[in-house]
Amino acid sequence: MEPLMMDRRGMLQRLGTAGLSFLLPGMSHGAANRRGTDRPASLIVLWMNGGMSQLETWDPHPGTLSGGEVQAISTSAKGVQISHLLPRMAEQMHECLLIRSLHSKEGDHERGAAFVRTGYNPEPTLKYPTLGSVIARQLPQASLQIPPYILLNPRIPVPEGGYLGNEWNAFRVFRPGEKVANLSSPVPDQRLQKRLAGLDVISRQFALRRPLAEQVTLQQELTQRAVTMMQSEQLAAFQLDSEPAALQDSYGRNDFGRGCLVARRLVETGVRVVEVMLPGFDTHISNHTGHITQCRILDPAMSSLLQDLRQRDLLQSVIVLCISEFGRTPRINPAEGRDHWPAWFSCVVAGGGFRSGAVLGATPDGIPGKDPPLPEDPISVPDVYATILSQLGIDGSQEVITPVGRPIRFASTSPNVRLLQQG
Amino acid sequence: MRWVSWLSIPVLLLLLVAVVQTAGSVEAPLTAAPEIPAQQRLDTAVQRLNQRFRQRWQQAGLQPVAQADDLTVFRRVSLALFGCVPALAEIRAFEQDQQPDRLDRWIVRMLRDDRFGRYFADRLARSLTGVEQGPLFIFRRDRLRDWLAQQLLADAAWGQMTRDLIAAEGLWTDQPAANFLTIARMENEELDETKLAGRTVRAFLGQRIDCAQCHDHPFDPFWKQGHFEGFAAWYCQATVSLAGVTDFDRDKSQQPVVYRIMDGGAEDKTGRVVDPNVPFHAEWLPDQGSLRTRLAAWVTHPENRRFERAIANRVWGLMAGRPLHEPVDDLPHPSDHSEPDVLDLLGTEFRTRGERLSVLIRLIALSQPFQLSSENPEQDSALLQAQEEQWAVFPLVRLRPEQVIGSLFQAGRVRAVDQNSHPLIRFQKLTSENDFIQEYGDAGEDELNAQAGTISQSLLKMNGRFTSDSAKVDLLSGPAEVLRFSTDDTAVIENSFLMCLTRRPTADEQTYFLQQLKTNRTQSVEDLFWALFNSPEFSWNH
Repeated sequence: MEPLMMDRRGMLQRLGTAGLSFLLPGMSHGAANRRGTDRPASLIVLWMNGGMSQLETWDPHPGTLSGGEVQAISTSAKGVQISHLLPRMAEQMHECLLIRSLHSKEGDHERGAAFVRTGYNPEPTLKYPTLGSVIARQLPQASLQIPPYILLNPRIPVPEGGYLGNEWNAFRVFRPGEKVANLSSPVPDQRLQKRLAGLDVISRQFALRRPLAEQVTLQQELTQRAVTMMQSEQLAAFQLDSEPAALQDSYGRNDFGRGCLVARRLVETGVRVVEVMLPGFDTHISNHTGHITQCRILDPAMSSLLQDLRQRDLLQSVIVLCISEFGRTPRINPAEGRDHWPAWFSCVVAGGGFRSGAVLGATPDGIPGKDPPLPEDPISVPDVYATILSQLGIDGSQEVITPVGRPIRFASTSPNVRLLQQG
Repeated sequence: MRWVSWLSIPVLLLLLVAVVQTAGSVEAPLTAAPEIPAQQRLDTAVQRLNQRFRQRWQQAGLQPVAQADDLTVFRRVSLALFGCVPALAEIRAFEQDQQPDRLDRWIVRMLRDDRFGRYFADRLARSLTGVEQGPLFIFRRDRLRDWLAQQLLADAAWGQMTRDLIAAEGLWTDQPAANFLTIARMENEELDETKLAGRTVRAFLGQRIDCAQCHDHPFDPFWKQGHFEGFAAWYCQATVSLAGVTDFDRDKSQQPVVYRIMDGGAEDKTGRVVDPNVPFHAEWLPDQGSLRTRLAAWVTHPENRRFERAIANRVWGLMAGRPLHEPVDDLPHPSDHSEPDVLDLLGTEFRTRGERLSVLIRLIALSQPFQLSSENPEQDSALLQAQEEQWAVFPLVRLRPEQVIGSLFQAGRVRAVDQNSHPLIRFQKLTSENDFIQEYGDAGEDELNAQAGTISQSLLKMNGRFTSDSAKVDLLSGPAEVLRFSTDDTAVIENSFLMCLTRRPTADEQTYFLQQLKTNRTQSVEDLFWALFNSPEFSWNH
């Protein structure tokens, strides 16, 4: 069992004993260049913020009470049909595992997102880390000069690191594809060096008087990392100038499309976990129209990402997960919207050794009463996460002692082999 | 277009009047802090508190470190009460005051300042309502915060404030205290009794009973699983509608409103009725009144030690950045047998002096642990840890995002940015604060947990516009004024250090920056401010 190095005591102990985790060996430059199954696995999460309707996307029920205006179309996966609003994804479904039976008890955006982003029920007194923070912490990278966990187009203020600490929060990039804010010094390099020298004089005085306690501030480490990042060639991964115009068109010239393309570039550079958010799914009013708009953004971006990864021989090592905090009600409300529905919702997983061209779980046609049953062949969010962690080479059963003294495993369940190719 | 120019004349005149008025008040000299009447002095209570700490240190075999200098303590107080470092003008006025009780008198003065009301109320509002986003949440929390600020500035009793919060009735707009309840409203318009029960106990009694939804409290023998349901039941008659927060003890069919828990699945149509109850001392409950009024009376009952201990621990945390007991809202059961601990001493004084937060604030600020230095030559991490646990050294605590931007904004100006500042400056401060916190990342509800900084925050401080704006030498900026009014380069450096770090430079620092100022003074002063803003000393309480 690993004591968690996050509170003051932990920090002090850590400084007294081990080195800092980001200095540990991780994916080397050579490894990042590898392809196929030889390459260490990475994760790209496409987060559908606001609650994506399963009925207008991955789980259409046309012609039923709950179906709405959606039609179902056949896909490249035998016997699998998805919404007609996702025609390009229909051509990629042979690469994907479609899970239609995720379920949750949390129908509020914050709590729903907390559960689906961490795999743990939200608690007022203990904040769990997101899947991305766990991956970033457990897969340190020596050669990486940019942050190990990057969130593109963020829309919710999520304290991702939870009990693991702020240092595992995602690095947020608000306008993907554009120059990343605050990464270049407003003064020329020579003057920056002068400023840093002055900073060193002031910092040294502070540290001299409290040699041990000062190290808790991580000041030197953070400044050093910031300067390294500012000068790193890896920053090119955030830029799209070198990408062909046709490819950029294919992903879509919007924040989400650009985000997906940047995500691919970041993964190629060695970043192990990237998340791209697409806001706008909270369609309490005019759900169908809302999803037409959303799918016009999602469909080209996600299908282009999968194709691009396949063409670059990266799909075996990169897991792509498209997921949302909950689904939307089978009942269409008087404003032609659908409300929050955690009882069942869908996600799509592709690559990284997950099954492809398959569907797990099913949901009923009708409109259930107040206490909806579980979907058919229910698959839990924690199961999906435990499986992703194991594919990334992380032992989800490993326990850490949280700041409140409770030992907690990274994954609350075991990997589900049915989700995998060999399963 | 002529009407535009006609219209703009009165607007311009008004602006001019505003400029003249505010400029006049900004220039007004800082008056001496008032005398404290004998009956309001806290010397005896402070001595008792210090005595208790000395016993703790002795028992643990620890020696406290040396006292911090007065300016360092002044900085701590300003950060805790105003959320920013003191202005240069305030530092000068404080230093001119040579009376031995100047710190206490200055605190009393600060407790009447709008900056205190606003900043401290924001901290309290978080503990009461959490940090949920969404326009309605933010708007309601802002109303609640404004009400808290008014109460703080009026030095209102925390007991009465608590009773108002728990039992308020009426519209959320004209009864702002009611927003303690309205923020717990769920999507289906009903109040979430369990959320309210958890919040009430955490905020007012300093205990986390949320766990008692599923099991007994891990270390407090009084909170059993069933108590959570019984506690939630006190809120079952409260409703939020267009008419505001109201209690209904009868439903539409004139049946009594009771708390029901559905735990029988689909077959359970009516649920199990749970009566309101409290885990201990039911005799503190009054016989009459609405459920919420009775609950409020029980929570704040003069013999309910958890109530005073909870707020004492929270105020200690808000003052020093770290509470006496961590986490701030999970205190152990108060012992009936052992001698009073620090929280009891603080709590007793708080109760006997009208349950005022101002008493706790002054007591804590005047106590020896708060005034100890954070400087410590100790190299043994176990010993340092013991010293920190026993408050034999002042801990290094990272500043909240609001304190960082508040200090950045203040340190870039010579005069205090307060209610007398020009409206444009105040507006600029407000927008800077919001933008900065958005980029820096909000500390959230767990704002008293120890956390290190992040790479994004370092980048924002190094390269972001907030630092550049405050370090810039232009017309009316602080760095420009420093260059203008300082008599020589030594004074330039001293004033810059005082503005940013509330201390004078050391000999080494003085020598280094004097050398720098010999070439391109303007640029060198900007670079000095940049270095000061980026130093750990600036972003940490020490």
